[in-house]
Amino acid sequence: MEALEIKNVTKKYNNFTLDNVSFSVPQGSIMGLIGENGAGKSTLIKAVLDLVNKDSGEVDIYGKKHDRKAKEIREDVGVVFDSLHYHENLNPSQISQISALTYKNWDEKAFTNYLSAFKLNEKSKIKTMSKGMKMKLGIAIALSHKAKLLILDEPTAGLDPVARDELLDIFLDFMQDETHSILISSHITTDLEKVADYITFIHEGKVLLSKPKDELLYDYRIVRCGESDFVELKEEEGAVWRKHDYQYEVLLPTGKMLESKYTSCEMERPTIDEIMLMYIKGERS
Amino acid sequence: MIFLEIIISSKTNQPIYEQITSQIKAKVMSGELKQGDPIPSMRSLAKSLHISVITVQRAYEDLQRDGFVETTVGRGSFISTGGTEFYQEERQRQAEEHLMQATEIARSSGISLEKLIELLTMFYEENE
Repeated sequence: MEALEIKNVTKKYNNFTLDNVSFSVPQGSIMGLIGENGAGKSTLIKAVLDLVNKDSGEVDIYGKKHDRKAKEIREDVGVVFDSLHYHENLNPSQISQISALTYKNWDEKAFTNYLSAFKLNEKSKIKTMSKGMKMKLGIAIALSHKAKLLILDEPTAGLDPVARDELLDIFLDFMQDETHSILISSHITTDLEKVADYITFIHEGKVLLSKPKDELLYDYRIVRCGESDFVELKEEEGAVWRKHDYQYEVLLPTGKMLESKYTSCEMERPTIDEIMLMYIKGERS
Repeated sequence: MIFLEIIISSKTNQPIYEQITSQIKAKVMSGELKQGDPIPSMRSLAKSLHISVITVQRAYEDLQRDGFVETTVGRGSFISTGGTEFYQEERQRQAEEHLMQATEIARSSGISLEKLIELLTMFYEENE
C-alpha cells in the first residue's frame, strides 16, 4: 500500500505554479524531496497537509482521501517544519499538556522518553533551545502522537554534522516499523543520499523525476568528454548536457548500459547533487 | 545473534549492495558464517549502516538468488550454504581465465613454466 499518494496536484499563484504534481511514497520507505530553493517543495508539502487550497488534484494518506473533513487521518501524520510553531516561552512539559488536548493518541510517557533520549529538558523554554534541539523537540512531538507518516520540511538545514547524524538515527529508528514512512524535503542531498529509498526531484513546480535512489546512484553516469564523443553521446536516451569552456559534461540516465559502447570515455557515477545540477542547468534535445 | 562484521565505504566505486553481498559471500566461503546462522533483519541492518532499506533489500535478494541466504516469513533471514558449490565453480572459472591469459603472455614472450609457477606460488603465499 502507498503511505502517501499525490495525484495531479495543481496550485496556481501569481508568479508560481505547482503544476500537476504526482508521485507516491510506498509504505515502509523514505522519500527524499529535492529541488532548488523556490522549486515548490514547501508549497507541495503545504498542499499535502491541506494548509493551502489546491486548485485541483487529490492527496491520499494510507488509502484515504485527505481533505478538510478527514480529521482522523491527521492523527497518523506527524509534521515537522523548519521552525517550531509553538510560543517561544513554552517548555516541553507545557507542550505535552497542549498536545494531549489536540491529539487523541497523545502518549505522554512516550514523549517523556523521547525527551530524555534526545537529551531535552522538560522545563527549558523553547527560546533557550538551539536549532538542533528545536528540531528534535518537533520530532519528539510528531512521534508521540503515534504518527505513521512523518512529513519533514528541511529538517537538517542549519544543523551541524553531528546533529544531522543523530537525526538520521532517529529517522531510521522510526523506520524499524514496516508500516511507517517518511517524506523529507531537503537541499542537503548528502543526508538523503544515505538513507532515502526514493528521490523525487521537483523543478519550477513540476516533477522532473521520481525514482529509487539506487537507480540514480548506480545506473546513471556522468561523462566529461570532447566534441567528437559529445556528438554521439547527446543522441542517447534522456541525455542532458552542459557545455563548458574546455569540455562537455553529459548526464546519461542509461549510462550503466552504455559503458561497453563508449570504452574511450571515462564514465563516473553521479551524486544526487550533480544530477540535480545537470537537470537545472543543462540542455536537452 | 552472532557478531557480523560488514564494512561499508561510500568512497569506493563498488555499489553498497555489492559491498554487502560480496562480504557475506566471502564469510560463507571462509566458513565464518555457517548454515542456519541468523543475519540481521533488513531494517535493522539499514539502520546500523545508515543506508536505505531498499539497498539492503537488493543485497538480500541477490544473496537469496545465489543461494547464500534463506528468508522465512516471520522468522527472519538465515545463512544458507546452498550456493557455495556453484559460487566455487564460478570463481574457479574466473581464476582459470586469468591463468590462461598469463600462460599465453608467458608462452609468447619466452617466460618459462618454472618461472610462472614460482611467481604464482609467491603471489598465493604472499596474500595468505
